[in-house]
Formats: sequence, C-alpha cells, structure tokens
Amino acid sequence: MCLAVPAKLIEMDNGMGTVDAGGVRKKISLLLLEDAALGDYILVHAGFGIQKLDEKQAEESLALLREAVTEVEARYKNEQDPM
Amino acid sequence: MSYQNLDSFRDPEVAKTLSGLIAESCQSPMRIMEVCGTHTVSIFRNGIRDMLPQDITLVSGPGCPVCVTDQKEIDDFIQLARKKNVILATFGDLMRVPGTQSSLQKQRAQGRKVKVVYSAFDALTLAAQNPKKKIVFCGVGFETTAPTVGACILEAHRQGLKNFFVYSAHKTVPPALDALMSMDTVIDGFMMPGHVSVIIGADAYLPLVEKFAIPCAIAGFEPNDILASILTLVQQKEAGESKLENTYSRAVSPEGNKKAREVMEQVFDKVDASWRGLGVIPGSGLSIREEFERFDASKAFELPPARSAAPKGCICGAILTGKKIPPQCPKYKIECTPTDPLGPCMVSSEGTCAAYYRYHGAITKVY
Ligand code: SF4
Repeated sequence: MCLAVPAKLIEMDNGMGTVDAGGVRKKISLLLLEDAALGDYILVHAGFGIQKLDEKQAEESLALLREAVTEVEARYKNEQDPM
Repeated sequence: MSYQNLDSFRDPEVAKTLSGLIAESCQSPMRIMEVCGTHTVSIFRNGIRDMLPQDITLVSGPGCPVCVTDQKEIDDFIQLARKKNVILATFGDLMRVPGTQSSLQKQRAQGRKVKVVYSAFDALTLAAQNPKKKIVFCGVGFETTAPTVGACILEAHRQGLKNFFVYSAHKTVPPALDALMSMDTVIDGFMMPGHVSVIIGADAYLPLVEKFAIPCAIAGFEPNDILASILTLVQQKEAGESKLENTYSRAVSPEGNKKAREVMEQVFDKVDASWRGLGVIPGSGLSIREEFERFDASKAFELPPARSAAPKGCICGAILTGKKIPPQCPKYKIECTPTDPLGPCMVSSEGTCAAYYRYHGAITKVY
C-alpha cells in the first residue's frame, strides 16, 4: 500500500499537477510538496506527489554501484591472469 | 534525472555483482526483516531470494497496513457502511478483508454504498458532488498515506464541507519496530520501508538503532536497491556494527518531507493503537485532533463496541511478526486462498500470505 511510482511533472496549476509515468498521464495534488518544478521526477502515492527525486543522490548511488561492478570485474580478471 | 537512470537500478549486471558481494561477505546465518509489504512483493517478483546465500533468511514484517488493521477497526468500517445516507469510500485492498460478521464487499453486494477510491482526494470530490450524502473515508495506512488524508481534511475544512468524514486507523512504523524488538522475535537486521522513510526521514530511526544496536538500511524498491541494502546489512553484522545506512537517498533525506510531516502534525494526535498480531502499541496510532473533530467519523457516528474476533485458525499475528511463514499455517492454500481468504494477509495484494501464494509456487521449504 505504500507503493509510490516515479513520474515526470509536466503541468502545474494551482496546487494540482499532471504527471507522465511512461506515457500514462495522471492528475495529482501537489499540496505535500514544497518546491516542485516542471520537469522534476516525483514520487506519486495515492494521488499525491510525496517527494521530488534527488538527481544528484541518484547519480551518486549509481556511481557507487558501477564502481562495485568495475572493482569486482578487475579482481576477477586479476585472478584469471595473475601476471 | 532520466528514466534511463532509474532503469539502472534494475540493471542485471549490477545485481549479479551485488549478489556475489553478499555471498562473499556473509559468514554466518542472518535473519533480515523487510518491514514493508511493497518490499515483500518486490523481493518475490524479482527473485531476490535466489540471488542470496542459504545463510540469509528474509522474513516479512508488520508492513502491510491492511493486514495490521485491527479486527475492531474492520468491524467499525462495516458498521459505517450500514449507516443510513452514508457512502463509504475505501482503498480497494480493504474490500474483502473478513470482519467478524461480514466484509465491505458483502455489504456492497447487499446494496450498501461502498465505493473503491484510489486517493482520499477522490472521497473529497465525492463529498462535493453529493452534498446530501455523508462520505466516510476509511483511513488506513502508514506515514506514507496519512499526510495525503490529512491534506484532504485540511482541504475539506477550507472548503467548509460538512459531509466529509474520516475514520482514522492510521498507524506509524517506528513504535511498531520498537515493540517488535521487545518481543521474542529473532531479527538481525531491518530493511526499512522506503516510502514511509520518504516522509519521516532517515533520522527517525536513529533512536531504534541506538536502543537495540541493530543494523538498519533504508531501501528503495528496485532489485538493486534491495540487494544494496542487504549487502550493507550483512557487512554491518559481520563487522559487529549497528548503523543506519540509507541506500535510497534519491528519495529519502535525513529529515524527510517536512511539509507532509507538518500536515500530519496539524491534523493528527499520536495515540495508542491496537495492531493485529502485535497488540496495543503506545503512541503508534493517529487520531484526528480536536480542532478537526467534526470530520472524525469515530465521533460523528455512533459505533457501539462490536464483539470483534479474529478469524479462527488464522495465524496472521505470527506472520506479521516474522515468527512464522505462510506455508506453516495449516489453512494456507487449503481453506485460505486469495479467492476465498480467511485472514487479511491473504487479501491484501501486499499481504505476506498473498505474496507467497502468488509467487512461491509449490515450495514449502522454510527460507
Ligand atoms: S494463510 Fe490465511 S489463515 Fe493462514 S495466516 Fe495467512 S491469511 Fe491467515
């Protein structure tokens, strides 16, 4: 029940907004968001935007994940080829 | 941000690496509780268990709001549906939950006005459109949902609506985790509910981490979010540490959604609440504050105390506290199925029993 999906904010009008989630458009309330702007990716739960996704943090998490992949790959390669 | 970026949290190559690192780090048995029902479903759907070493056991917790709703609250919803001139508005998941005598679905079949809505906002719209009817919304949900309902009460107040009511059965997660840790359940780490955390903020769990010295990780809902949180939990345990790690920082900040929290505080008071399976937990419920009491269905309608009794033979209580898993329930798949559910854990799409039924096939091995 705590499902929330990320969607892009494409219209804003007086506390209400329209989001696009992979082609599906939906009207949502923006009453619980402090600083939503057009183009933001927003988590939508039960007809409300509940959070703006933080792009910088997303990039950082992804960078960490990719780093882990590279490290493991490098280790694997070293084990295969000790020279 | 782009959808492509969001997709990367599902990248199978990353998943493989994380799964390898988990296996490498895990040296001893560990029981991890995923608190949130949405995690339970995502874990099954993405086959996460198959990516983990044998030593790691994932158990579901009390994180399905419909499942933890007390039998008396369910019975009250049914009483409300039977009131004259009432349209009861509810999330779909509640419809088939068996009350002591009936269910909302049965009430609707008997001609009562019960409407499934997607948002509390829809109930507010119903109220504006039907000025001669009383619209009662079944307020079920955790901190993720409570602010949306609070915002609707504020809006009804602003519009001066006199026919909109909420029965607040909302509950809050941190007190429940505290209660759970004080019971005889073995939990070595918590995977914290991502979207509850969006609202309350990561810092809200710090007292719990400190009090019980237990590894905690806030997790998102994509496979790599879940695996990353398991990795940090395993690493913490093996290093003898207990910290709070936030692996869902794109959505969860230390302080959470301030505006949503303010709405919650403006509209609700913290009260003791009774949970299915966990009993009364101090300060874990949200009741509508006096200032807004004219919207409070529990005050506006007479609700004589019903003789509520949980379904006989259903062990939802043990399931919700991670003590048992569904295949250990004698009724599971025999007398209790999603089409003919005995308890709420088989009704809600996020209920542990429903998730096992749907994804677990014939396996009855205890993971
Ligand atoms: S299988 Fe059915 S009866 Fe058994 S615990 Fe789950 S909901 Fe209750």
